[in-house]
Amino acid sequence: MKLSNKRRLFLKSAVATSSLGVAISAGLLTPSAVLASWPETAFTAKSSADAINALFGATATQSDKVIVDVNDVAENGAIVPVTIKTSLENVENMSILVNENTSPMTASFNLQPEFGDSVSIRVKVAKPSDIIGVVKAGGKLYSNKKHVKVTQGGCG
Amino acid sequence: MSTSVKIRAKAKGDMVVIKALWSHPMETGLRKNKDTGELIPANFINHIKCESAGKEIMNADWNATISKDPYLSFSYTGNKGDEFKISWADSTGETGEKATKVK
Repeated sequence: MKLSNKRRLFLKSAVATSSLGVAISAGLLTPSAVLASWPETAFTAKSSADAINALFGATATQSDKVIVDVNDVAENGAIVPVTIKTSLENVENMSILVNENTSPMTASFNLQPEFGDSVSIRVKVAKPSDIIGVVKAGGKLYSNKKHVKVTQGGCG
Repeated sequence: MSTSVKIRAKAKGDMVVIKALWSHPMETGLRKNKDTGELIPANFINHIKCESAGKEIMNADWNATISKDPYLSFSYTGNKGDEFKISWADSTGETGEKATKVK
């Protein structure tokens, strides 16, 4: 991640701190759960659009060069394998969001040029949901999605 | 409970394929203890960093919505014999790291 982006994130988190303080004093969050480096705003945002905007300060354009690989049906929502793959060049970040989860932002990978073209991980899916893959490449944001049906929710 | 990770690092041509499996509860903080009805406190890995031969190749922020006992797989440009290292931190402040030689 470029320094300028980090600075932007820092500014955003500084702005968000005041509301975070309120949340802590209201007992909604325990202080130990709040790590300085963790992008709290993006990871607790209730919608995918808010989460993407909080993390990148931009909205993503739909692109076929981002591939979200997930089974059509997942029997167990607690363990849903997801792969994000891209043919884009100069990839700086790959992120995974589960649209219908209470907090959609699931994982955000900041990548160096040596990193390959895909990342695979297992996620929890509470109910049938689009899985959104976001790729930041050459300073621009791209995304794609795929729907997964779950027969048993993964967050209970 | 202390967290551990198993890593498989295998060279394939000029790429190295990583498969990593942690043992970690990844508690969201929203689940209730079925006997007492009390909330089980949040405890999830929220940051990881991967290095190849001392150089960072990826760092990531994770949410509690990563499955219990996280599994992660990816590849990177690297060589057999290099050292590959993963370090992580969870939301309770526990940290750990593990290094392995690429086979």
